[in-house]
Amino acid sequence: MGMTLIEKIFAKHANKTFVVPDEILTVDVDFCMANDATMRLNVDIVENKLKAKKVWDPSKIILVMDHQVPADSPQTAAVHEMSKNFAKKYGIEAFHGGDGICHQLLVEKYVLPGQLIIGADSHTPSVGALGASGCGMGSTDICATMVTGKTWMKVPQSVKIILNGTLQKSVYPKDIILALIKQTGAGGLVYKAVEFQGKSVRNFSVSERFTLCNMTTEAGAKTAVIEPDLNVYKYIEQERNISVQTQDRWFSDKDAKYSQSFGIDLNTLEPQVACPHSVDNVFPVSSVVGTKIDQAFLGACTNSRIDDLRIAAEVFKSNKVHSDVKLDVTPSSREVYLQAVREGLMAIFIEAGARVNHPGCSTCWGACQGVLASGQTLISTQNRNFKGRSGSKDAKIYLASPKTVAVSAVRGFIADPREI
Amino acid sequence: MNAQRCWVFGENIDTDQIIPSQYLVLPLNEMLPHALETQSDHFAKEIKPGDFIVAGANFGCGSSREQAPWVLKDLGLRAIIAKSFSRIFFRNCINIGLLLIEISKIEEFSDGHILSINVDKGKLTNETTGKHYLFSAPTGLVKEIFDAGGLLPYLLKQDV
Repeated sequence: MGMTLIEKIFAKHANKTFVVPDEILTVDVDFCMANDATMRLNVDIVENKLKAKKVWDPSKIILVMDHQVPADSPQTAAVHEMSKNFAKKYGIEAFHGGDGICHQLLVEKYVLPGQLIIGADSHTPSVGALGASGCGMGSTDICATMVTGKTWMKVPQSVKIILNGTLQKSVYPKDIILALIKQTGAGGLVYKAVEFQGKSVRNFSVSERFTLCNMTTEAGAKTAVIEPDLNVYKYIEQERNISVQTQDRWFSDKDAKYSQSFGIDLNTLEPQVACPHSVDNVFPVSSVVGTKIDQAFLGACTNSRIDDLRIAAEVFKSNKVHSDVKLDVTPSSREVYLQAVREGLMAIFIEAGARVNHPGCSTCWGACQGVLASGQTLISTQNRNFKGRSGSKDAKIYLASPKTVAVSAVRGFIADPREI
Repeated sequence: MNAQRCWVFGENIDTDQIIPSQYLVLPLNEMLPHALETQSDHFAKEIKPGDFIVAGANFGCGSSREQAPWVLKDLGLRAIIAKSFSRIFFRNCINIGLLLIEISKIEEFSDGHILSINVDKGKLTNETTGKHYLFSAPTGLVKEIFDAGGLLPYLLKQDV
């Protein structure tokens, strides 16, 4: 019997030739990532509880300040300071004080196909865009791995999502993943490994694959992956100016076993919107058109890469942000920011009336910028619309693609992206 | 075993509800008054050590923040009883030694019901209704970690 791509990645990291779902393994990881959201706890565990004199391998630990940058309070600044000192003390060179969102940096700078990554952040499955497996974990697990280099994992059952057909105009991977979460429900893929397949996926850029893998977390998935192809290897070579060895091919065997399979027909897919207060509360945009909005957000690890910014800028070239709406634009990384500046996109946003912020989690973290007051409504490209996610618990959050968010920001209410 | 009240919550209670993002930069003890504040005005003020939470499916979904189970543990929660738990939260609770119990008939519990448990026998009793429920108690590596009081004490005992 064959193995799925995820099973092969787990087997390799457990130093085994074959694994089966539900088997418990001790695995080596390629990178261990943590960010400012939990660093206060992580530093306490490693320094005070484990009393570690050294970490397993400083070159494989990545620390990213992204959730609350720039610091919004003396408490946050203290967390950033203790994180920097922690990096220095243990010789960790990959300390990013303000370079962008952790998942974006993993994909831009570090991860290779076939690797196994753990991160103290639930959206770590995003690295599946490169054909690697990422799993989110809590601080205790992450700190134990920082010190030992190993962790335990149960091999997840693989689930296949088959995408066929072609996306229509103004419909994007964000709409695909929202439609999938509607099908599965918020807990429908708990502990599963999600693999996107089908001809359509081959045409998606790394950024588009990122959006798909990123939001599998909202259905409860443990990890997500897309078979790495030439697009992926080319992306890595261009991005990092290195040559990547392609002999090591990563793919699922033809006779691999999947516990479930879902299909989405892209030909007939309409733009989707997730309504308050649950990511699986999804409807076609047509059923919420006209809902008045106070704020719009173009950002978060889900959708703030250069292609997302280009899509939105196209709308704002000849349209202004509605006078009743505040639009925040927060690029996913310093590199994306710089590229957007070079292409003139930032000038378009600023002239249209947007507020542009330094790269980070921004409104989606709901703790340092662009938060909502009681009774306000937000439409956002982020991945979560939980109660209180972006400010007041009495605010409403709708999730949609960059184009739907941009067109809605122009109209002042939720609008159909196919209109502009 | 002392019997104490339960606090009932709905489905898909995510970790942003358990402890909202804006408090995560604070030390743990300063987070405690904000536990589940988006869901209940009383919970954090009135919970007593030994109380239980009862909730619907997918409890603990969303963010991986380990502060969520820590806050509940530090408030003195005896156990969380739910229809199902999300993956990262489940793992975090084992790691910090907070007991989770999965049972299907959650609808038979109401806020304020008095519960008692016998972990070794895997038995939960709703003293208010007189009904008993069996659950699978931790076994194997998970039991070893749990008995040590969490993953860190377990690792330290092994001299890692």
